[in-house]
Amino acid sequence: MLKRLRFPIRYVPFAATVAVFIGAYAIGAISFKNFFTLRVFVNLFHDNAYLGIAAVGTGIVILSGGIDLSVGAVIAFTGMLVAKLTACGINTGLAILIALAVGILFGILQGTLIASFDLPPFLVTLGGMFLARGGSFIINEEALSILKNPVLDFIEDNLQLSLGNGVYLECIEVVYLIVLLCGIVFTQWTPLGRRIYAIGVNEQSALLMGVPVARTKIMAYGIAGFCSALAGIVFTVYLKSGNPLNCIGLEMDAIAAVVIGGILLTGGVGYLLGSLFGVLTLGLIQVLIMFQGNINSWWTRIIIGILVLLFIFMQNLITKLSDKKQ
Amino acid sequence: MKKYLSLLILPLLLLVSCKKADSSKTITVGFSQIGAESDWRKASTLSIKEEAKKRGIELKFSDAQQKQENQLKAIRAFIAQGVDVIALAPVVTTGWDDVLKEARAANIPVILIDRRVDVSEDGLYACYIGADCTEEGRKAGRWLIENVGKQAGIAELVGTVGSGPAVERKKGFEEAIKGEPGLKIIKSQSGDFTRSQGKEVMEQFLKSPERDQINVLYAHNDDMALGAIQAIEEAGKKPGKDIVIISCDGVKEIFRQILAGKANCTVECNPMVGPYLFDVVETYMRGETIPPRVIPHEDVFDARNITQEVIDGRSY
Repeated sequence: MLKRLRFPIRYVPFAATVAVFIGAYAIGAISFKNFFTLRVFVNLFHDNAYLGIAAVGTGIVILSGGIDLSVGAVIAFTGMLVAKLTACGINTGLAILIALAVGILFGILQGTLIASFDLPPFLVTLGGMFLARGGSFIINEEALSILKNPVLDFIEDNLQLSLGNGVYLECIEVVYLIVLLCGIVFTQWTPLGRRIYAIGVNEQSALLMGVPVARTKIMAYGIAGFCSALAGIVFTVYLKSGNPLNCIGLEMDAIAAVVIGGILLTGGVGYLLGSLFGVLTLGLIQVLIMFQGNINSWWTRIIIGILVLLFIFMQNLITKLSDKKQ
Repeated sequence: MKKYLSLLILPLLLLVSCKKADSSKTITVGFSQIGAESDWRKASTLSIKEEAKKRGIELKFSDAQQKQENQLKAIRAFIAQGVDVIALAPVVTTGWDDVLKEARAANIPVILIDRRVDVSEDGLYACYIGADCTEEGRKAGRWLIENVGKQAGIAELVGTVGSGPAVERKKGFEEAIKGEPGLKIIKSQSGDFTRSQGKEVMEQFLKSPERDQINVLYAHNDDMALGAIQAIEEAGKKPGKDIVIISCDGVKEIFRQILAGKANCTVECNPMVGPYLFDVVETYMRGETIPPRVIPHEDVFDARNITQEVIDGRSY
């Protein structure tokens, strides 16, 4: 079964994603002055790092055959947690660790409900979303800003790499790339990663093969919880404030990025590297519209919708074709 | 496969066909607008777009759909594009330090529209064009004292939490009524500057135990007041008579309601900032110094100075 994952036809969705990204980038480069610059490229990573980190977690959960709707709410919750704890005088590093721990525990809780009690992931994570969103408002009803924070200011002013021309590679995008790399290594080259693929392809077969399905699922959701919490921390640092209303609906953007990245929604198929291109494509569409300067910004949503439908259609086609070959 | 790829390219080709001729002599201004949440906001956008067209200035317009992250992306895109001037209507007051510093490093002046920002150092923006919202709050308070009296239970519909106008209109109003112990704000909650939430929150106010003590509504913008008027009517009370309605902005619909007797006073907040903005832009492009503060002209309107003619003359 594992050999089938390496079947060439499975690369097609990923290849299509890369083609769309390069194609859109080329159109931008031809149409607009200053588009084909390092600044625009680095901005794509900097402005979408939080979505990228969330998409890594979402991607892992979807590969395992599940889904996570609580992403946006957990981002808001952990963001508020960090903002509130630092405002109360707690050390920034400690606040971040607490927020990450809360995210992991939340994920494990959802995973346990899904795996051990056999509850549908859609509903469990939906409940988790309401819990986390409400929780954000309980922490503080209004937005909390993190203005004078010596630790964060130090990171911002010093942890940056100059790439010339006033362009800097900053902490946030490096964190994203590290998370992405870890995710890719994890899913492709570790036993737990392979087990996640196995239960995603066919849970019953995996169970019969002796894969510890429940434990694997719980780990997957725990990882997703960690990614959502980290995304929340990155987002809060990016905006210098926590807001209980942040990222409403972001889970949908993460799912769209993952699907456009070539990961099958039913599980077991796809590559996390695809989520990078999915996220960058989403960001790229926004930038193209901003450079044009005259199109209604809501077209971003329409184009994302069209892309998602196209990719699902293509994935469906490929699944049918590969089933026929057997 | 090729068929599907070409379907994808189609919407992207739309972008290319919309591309304008690139002339290095035209002034380019990038404007990051908050969204289109109220008539006032739409009027502000229209004013800027029309004025840009009139003066032959290329305007790159970005609607942030109420999200700060979209505004940060837009400003970075403007910096990357190399626009001459950036105009920003910030959705909230904090979190702008980084992006304003980037603009400064790229030698692009930033002009704030309608709302101020909270930044850690000076010199991060060149000019603030906007109403004095604190003064608007004071005007509302003064109108209340002069026209209603010195005894009232006031319900307050606050604007978007954390936004400049909400904070300032609250402050100005409270300043104006400070000396009158008979004027009490008994209810205060956010309606987020939208009509639907104004209605919802007013409904809650009218179901609360203090509902019979409310005889004045102070709404931070007309849209919330318009929603509240519906809620008041549905609760069986008469807006404008049982509950005096004071709000800010000065949109056409509230003028109609004042003429109909369902609202009482609106403190104008002039959204037509287009001419003011591009005057500043052209001053900058000529190499002259920009004024740090520009206040558009504003009035207070009530039943005494509103007629059908006045309403017809309003452009928003």
